[in-house]
Amino acid sequence: MTELSEAPTTAGVRRAAAAGAGVADYFEILKPRIMALVVFTGLVGLSVAPGHLHPVLAAVAVLCIAVGAGAAGAINMWYDRDIDALMRRTSRRPLPAGRMMPGEALGFGVVLGVGAVVVMALAVNLAAAELLALTIVFYVFVYTIWLKRRTPQNIVIGGAAGAFPPMIGWAAVTGDIGWGAIALFAIIFFWTPPHFWALSLYRTGDYAAAGVPMLPVVSGPRETKRQMLLYTLVLWAATLVPWLLGVAGGLYAAGVLLLSAVFTGWAIQVYRDNSDRSARRMFAFSLLYLFLVFSLLLVDHTNWH
Amino acid sequence: MEFEQERRRTIRARNRALVAVLVGLVALFYAITIVRMGG
Repeated sequence: MTELSEAPTTAGVRRAAAAGAGVADYFEILKPRIMALVVFTGLVGLSVAPGHLHPVLAAVAVLCIAVGAGAAGAINMWYDRDIDALMRRTSRRPLPAGRMMPGEALGFGVVLGVGAVVVMALAVNLAAAELLALTIVFYVFVYTIWLKRRTPQNIVIGGAAGAFPPMIGWAAVTGDIGWGAIALFAIIFFWTPPHFWALSLYRTGDYAAAGVPMLPVVSGPRETKRQMLLYTLVLWAATLVPWLLGVAGGLYAAGVLLLSAVFTGWAIQVYRDNSDRSARRMFAFSLLYLFLVFSLLLVDHTNWH
Repeated sequence: MEFEQERRRTIRARNRALVAVLVGLVALFYAITIVRMGG
């Protein structure tokens, strides 16, 4: 009862101390918006992979990818609760806001992560389960704990974690990792830096306050914008690889050429613009870009095969 | 009083969510077993 008699200052803290976090808080620490993108790219990987997977097992694979991604997000929020409290964008999350106890988030994340990997191994196959485990471990240990607070290249290397889901979807069908899976991985890998740096360009103050060495904080906006532009150029090549490998056809190739041209156009606009406006718009477009590239892959594959 | 009601609401909602998850897991494992046995 001491927790109650200490009269915590906010309603959220009071509730967390007495009853634990609410359902919405548990859902929020799974990072549902990231989860949606992960599910979609995983689903595309599963759909374009050569072979067949029973629809129930395909649904289980997608569920495991979603839950695994959510678990990684929950553990990330547990570890980053100190810096999340210092940033405006993240200060209202359940942990820094005091609505959830750190142990609840960690326990929730670990149970979900282990559960997702075990179910994937039992229901689908070992290769997909191993890749899912690797994704969670990479996101938690390599990105969150090791790189995020140490190097401005944090999201370049750490971005690999977000690139694994289509590879997991592919492995769920084939039982191994083909060149097509690597091509899908490469698209998200090279997309992540310009996507994330666009966000960090207009959140530089937040990251600086929290001591996170994002590229705009360490090297300044000019260098960040230059590197964003370079990555969008690399994306031209990366997005064409599925077409070169025969995973997708001409419709896809034409579509991604157009989309990459627009994305590079935004990078040029950001490079020229000294205000935050272009960076905000490029961030919004980057989400649409990835969604459309993978949609094209899905549509083209459905028509072509 | 209001705090106690909120506390009860939070616990009740969490319990319901947990029941839904457990029922979902039972259905999931049932479906997986049927499919795997059929294959």
